[in-house]
Amino acid sequence: MSLGVSGGRHLQALFGSLGRLARAPFATFLTLLVIALALALPAALKLFVTNAQAATGNFASAVDLSVYLKTEVPLAKAQQLTQAAQQRPDVASVTLIPADKGLEDFRTYSGFGDALAALKENPLPHVLHVRPKAQASSAAALEALRNYFTAWPEVDLVQVDSEWVMRFNAILEVLQRVLVIAVVLFGIGVLAVIGNTIRLEIQGRRAEIEVTKLVGGSNAFVRRPFLYTGMLYGLGGALLAWGILAMIVLLLRDSVATLARLYGSRYMLEGLALTDVGALLGAGVVLGWLGAWISAARHLQRIEPRA
Amino acid sequence: MISFDRVSKRYANGREALSNVSFNIHTGEMVFLTGRSGAGKSTVLKLIALLERPTRGAVVVNTKNTQALRARHIPAFRRGIGVVFQDHKLLADRPVFDNVALPLAVAGAPLKEIDKRVRAALDQVGLLGKERLLPQELSVGEQQRVGIARAVVSKPPLLIADEPTGNLDPDLSLEVMRLFRRFQDVGVTVIVATHDMHIVREFGERVITLENGMLQGDPPVDPLPSLVATR
Repeated sequence: MSLGVSGGRHLQALFGSLGRLARAPFATFLTLLVIALALALPAALKLFVTNAQAATGNFASAVDLSVYLKTEVPLAKAQQLTQAAQQRPDVASVTLIPADKGLEDFRTYSGFGDALAALKENPLPHVLHVRPKAQASSAAALEALRNYFTAWPEVDLVQVDSEWVMRFNAILEVLQRVLVIAVVLFGIGVLAVIGNTIRLEIQGRRAEIEVTKLVGGSNAFVRRPFLYTGMLYGLGGALLAWGILAMIVLLLRDSVATLARLYGSRYMLEGLALTDVGALLGAGVVLGWLGAWISAARHLQRIEPRA
Repeated sequence: MISFDRVSKRYANGREALSNVSFNIHTGEMVFLTGRSGAGKSTVLKLIALLERPTRGAVVVNTKNTQALRARHIPAFRRGIGVVFQDHKLLADRPVFDNVALPLAVAGAPLKEIDKRVRAALDQVGLLGKERLLPQELSVGEQQRVGIARAVVSKPPLLIADEPTGNLDPDLSLEVMRLFRRFQDVGVTVIVATHDMHIVREFGERVITLENGMLQGDPPVDPLPSLVATR
């Protein structure tokens, strides 16, 4: 069989499947809707996580660690430590704030200038301001960095300046796990829906399958239209899911913008990126094909012609 | 073309449909397979089309021993056999054209060729011009002829028919049999299972008679004596 001929066969099977779906528009739509919702849910969660990350991106990358050295540590040693901290691959920059500079700042900004003048000696220690690299700003990475500095004998206290950002990042991490679980569960759901739909279709076309096998149709030939039907269900469901998500974004865009404004941000809700849409449609097609294949493998073998 | 060598077939329910049956059918022969219903005619045809496998003995069709044939080779094997049924087994929701085209489609024939050969097959059975009709829009006799067109469209060397005239009146029956005869004339081996003795006598071809799963008589020329004996 030449490639052109087999291509023609596939095209024929594809249009045959399309035609059958179009002949029962309501049933087809209901199935598509179930698939679409099952695909839209994890996709919506992904959208939420992406947006939450983007909206808080500025904070997350601005997490600093303040490393307070013990008061008896001399400036020269503090400078040494600054250089050592700089060597770490997860550290973007280290700023040394000497005790004198700290006191100076405090005098200027706190409004306690006169009271401080009464002090005989500077009570402040030298402080290192450590800014982690962006990719090391996750909760776990920050914790590791904090532990690292706490272990230094010269260090009195390590303070992560934005504890809430860490918490927020931790929540995001939980959400990302939830997202993975949701993708797996709803993926299985889509497989089940498509598999069951194909099973019903196989039952409904039993006579046709028997006759086809009788005149010498191979299993591959008999299976082909069902695989196309499964793929079309998956693709159609994914397109519908895309539409649902676009609608959600449209409905929420204004209220999210208002919310962001109240926090002094000009953040705008983002829709699905092109790669996400590609992943969604790809997942639909693959799940549809796979669900149909599993179902066809189970049910087609059992149908043998009886004369 | 076909060789049954001491073939027995016992079904799962314990009924022995064929016992120790042996016969040969040569290429280009036309053979009537007769006997009462339940005598084993259908089982013989099922064994030929590989819808069943023998319990004992060997069935050789088209030089292929059906016992040794792997499942994945069965489709190709069946493409070498045209089958006609009493209930014609047409797909009710497909037009005549699609029904007849099915054996060519499963064999992967190009669309152009399918178009040409389906028309040729319909022309042979006198149904040219009815391609777009659904089977139920045709008369019973026409439906049977669509079934025959489907069986011969891929020009198989072997044509088997199970009670093809069971639902037809005598005139239509004769017409259908003449059609089979015409295929024999162009070299096709034809096996027709029927209990219509009138037709068998009319055609005077070789008769294989079964009774209770056993071969009763296989006179090569004149079928009449055995007919009398088995009726």
